[in-house]
Amino acid sequence: MSQEKQTSEFSKKSSNVILKDITKVFQQPETGNDFIAVNHINLEIKDGEMVTLLGPSGCGKTTTLRMVSGFEYPTSGNVLIGGRDVAKVPPNKRGISMVFQSYALFPHLNVWENVAYGLKVAKVPNDEMIRRTESVMEMMQLKGMERRFPNQLSGGQQQRVALARAVVIEPSVLLFDEPLSNLDAKLRESMRDDLRALQKRLGITSLYVTHDQSEAMAISDRVVIMKDGNIVQQGTPDEIYEQPVSRFVANFIGKANFIDGIYKGKDGSAALVDLGGNTMKIPMPGAMPGVEVGKACCLTVRPESIQLTKDSKESGALTGTISRATYYGTKIEYEVDLHGKPIIVEVYNPQLTERFRTGDSVSMKLIERCVRVLQ
Amino acid sequence: MEITSKSSGKSAAQMKRLNDTKTILRQPILLIAVIATIILLALFVVYPLVKVFIFSLTDETGKFSVENLHNILTSSRYLKVFGRTMLLGLIVAVLATTVGYIFAYTITRVDIPMKGFMKTIATLPILSPPFVLSLSVIFLFGKQGLITKNLLGIKGNNVYGMPSLIVVQVMSFFPIAYLTLSGILSSIDASVEDAACNMGAGRWKTFWTVTFPLSLPGIISGALLVFIQSLEDFSNPATIGGDYTTLSIEVYNIITGTYDMRKGSVLAILLLVPAVTAYLLNKYWVNKKSFVTVTGKPTQARKLIEEPHIKWPLFIICMLFAAVVLLFYGTVIFGSFVRTWGIDFSMTLDQYRRALQYGFGSLENSIILALISAVIGGMLGMIIAYITAKRDYYGKKFIEVASVLMFAVPGTVLGISYILGFNTKPLLLTGTAAILVIVFTFRNMPVAIESGTTTLLQIDNSIEEASTILGANSGYSFRRITLPLLRNAFFSGIVYSFTKAITAVSAVIFLVSPRWTLVTSKIYGLFDLAKYGQASAFVTMLIGVLLLFIGIFNTIINLLLAPRSRVPKLTKKAEESK
Repeated sequence: MSQEKQTSEFSKKSSNVILKDITKVFQQPETGNDFIAVNHINLEIKDGEMVTLLGPSGCGKTTTLRMVSGFEYPTSGNVLIGGRDVAKVPPNKRGISMVFQSYALFPHLNVWENVAYGLKVAKVPNDEMIRRTESVMEMMQLKGMERRFPNQLSGGQQQRVALARAVVIEPSVLLFDEPLSNLDAKLRESMRDDLRALQKRLGITSLYVTHDQSEAMAISDRVVIMKDGNIVQQGTPDEIYEQPVSRFVANFIGKANFIDGIYKGKDGSAALVDLGGNTMKIPMPGAMPGVEVGKACCLTVRPESIQLTKDSKESGALTGTISRATYYGTKIEYEVDLHGKPIIVEVYNPQLTERFRTGDSVSMKLIERCVRVLQ
Repeated sequence: MEITSKSSGKSAAQMKRLNDTKTILRQPILLIAVIATIILLALFVVYPLVKVFIFSLTDETGKFSVENLHNILTSSRYLKVFGRTMLLGLIVAVLATTVGYIFAYTITRVDIPMKGFMKTIATLPILSPPFVLSLSVIFLFGKQGLITKNLLGIKGNNVYGMPSLIVVQVMSFFPIAYLTLSGILSSIDASVEDAACNMGAGRWKTFWTVTFPLSLPGIISGALLVFIQSLEDFSNPATIGGDYTTLSIEVYNIITGTYDMRKGSVLAILLLVPAVTAYLLNKYWVNKKSFVTVTGKPTQARKLIEEPHIKWPLFIICMLFAAVVLLFYGTVIFGSFVRTWGIDFSMTLDQYRRALQYGFGSLENSIILALISAVIGGMLGMIIAYITAKRDYYGKKFIEVASVLMFAVPGTVLGISYILGFNTKPLLLTGTAAILVIVFTFRNMPVAIESGTTTLLQIDNSIEEASTILGANSGYSFRRITLPLLRNAFFSGIVYSFTKAITAVSAVIFLVSPRWTLVTSKIYGLFDLAKYGQASAFVTMLIGVLLLFIGIFNTIINLLLAPRSRVPKLTKKAEESK
């Protein structure tokens, strides 16, 4: 059966979501003090787009998701779904759907009944309900499992049932609350790809919450990084990785090294930074928020953007000693002691490159195109 | 921020209560359920108990007086009765807990044969109707005793008194200790004991340094529960206690003999106070001391003890005890088919014929009233569980406490409180079937509430949220999600209520009337007439009825209510157009 035919069963009803100056204040149970979980957030999810909210626990990402779902109401600000303000609309009237972290399958209903639940609630005519349920089950490779109960399914199967149940009602927006965090690592990766493929095929506007940065990168059109109730950066996965606006973002997405220097000013589009007497020219320094001439700044460089050579006393090269070497197969990760500060260097394809041992003296050459300047 | 100022000065718990209260005020059905529950509990739980207190502290004219209290507390007769009751309770608690521990340890730790049989023996007496063990003590050791007269040739042996009472109560109540202790013992992580072994401790040392201390809260808990049962017990002291009068018997004698309700009330409170104290100690103190954390994860499988010098002695001890239990039950069943015990052992069904002539109606009453109260109690229990499990509002604490209060109140006290509370208009209920149904309902409901609450707390919030986000309103979610999930709790509540109601003695002995007799009060009457053969026929029928109904309930649960996996098919027309 062709993909087109399966998809055509699906009438597209998705719409965009706008969060306008949303704030949510909770009371802390222990002290009774107010706690600002979400602080004046503005965000737009375009029609058919997949946006991920990423951040450490307590950053407000789940609260934001729950305000879109309607399980929480904003203290101030507006939520618009398809242009309609849903402030007074309860969750069951928003026409949206959600995949829960615990899957939240109904334990007393079989797979078929679980999937058809939303259609039954909506009093969809019997024949249409059966057709739509069957079509989604086929799409999610759940054929033949109709009669099983949730406790007779594996984690991955439960996940697919949860997803089928959420999409069968053709929601205008699909919400994901850390849906993959209960799966083991291998399954998580394959489910992640399936999930993204499905979302693209159906073109459902999606908001996805996770604390797993690689999951966020792999799955989203756009990643929104949150910290302490604020959005610190949003952009496509490559923008976030390559152009972090702060040390927090650089550290949260992937690994990053920070080398202190003093900002000397610009030379065309390049930035000049003084590193202990040597001036380094950085061709693409980024937006450099908050960086001032003559003041301290830091260079951010990813571990894979540093080249290691035997200590060559070359001018401008940073020299240090290897303090740890870990072999991963696809790469070797070195920790280099640079005047008491650890620098992480990753060398890929170790079979083709020179290897170093703990105690070796090495020179590090930063690949200038990959260096960014931050405050 | 402007929002911060509004809520200052109130704790978060208060805020939640206020918010939940507001939510309930907006939901008419829920509000009606809460109000109706509060009224019912106030009327049928709190009011009668308050009445007992008022009666014990007033004189005939209704004025406040401590005269009755003073008289009883200074009377050597009543102090002696009180002392005997406590002494019996203590001895039985120690012995029954010891037997329960041996069974629990042997079944959970030792590799013995016939484990299923042992488990059955250690739990069966919980379902047993009253009077069985007393009857067999009389059959075996009484004047016409099979062992005393026929075997040993002792004439006119006096079986009535404290030793028989201890034997019978230990056999009746050791299952309570066993259940508590086997729960605790099997939830101790096997690796803790393995660790002790690993560090060089032998079996003996491991037991005294690890297993025993870890099970101590269970031992105290089991002993307290047995102690309460012994205090409350009416049927055994009434039938084989002889001169060894306990408090519940004394209350019964005073009320049926002299109709002195005030004296009865004071004695009832004397019985109520230690029972409730023991209940509260167990609920709030012992349970907090428990070391066992239930994670829900299956722990590593336990390697059972196989050493012959541990295994066989424990097996023999348990077997001997099990044999005695079987002998006692078997004696009663045998006795029900014998023409005249001790004299003419020929087989006959005469006892059954006479028993049914004498009290078929009461058996019918018991079954019908127990069924009605079990169903009402089950439903009310589910409602109470639903309105208390996940919400907090003004009045919730009252519902929680009042709904389990009856569990801690000895049956005798309950009986007297209902006579006092419902013998005048407009609350004239004495002499009706309604009073029996109400007593059964409120006394046996706590188990339904408990299992309902546990079930609801296990339902993850996200399951209800999932239903909501798929478009269901709260009524739909309740009908399709919450209610079906409560089904098992509902039925286990019903089975418990039914069993307890049909075997109840102490709570109903004051409340039965010529029109509405119950099978247990009829059997008690047969003891007075020394018609032990008929009594044993009745008791055997009661065992049969219990087994039959438990079987029926289980069949209903397993066959009719087990979730059936159904997948609808397209109609023919739609199939063709496809």
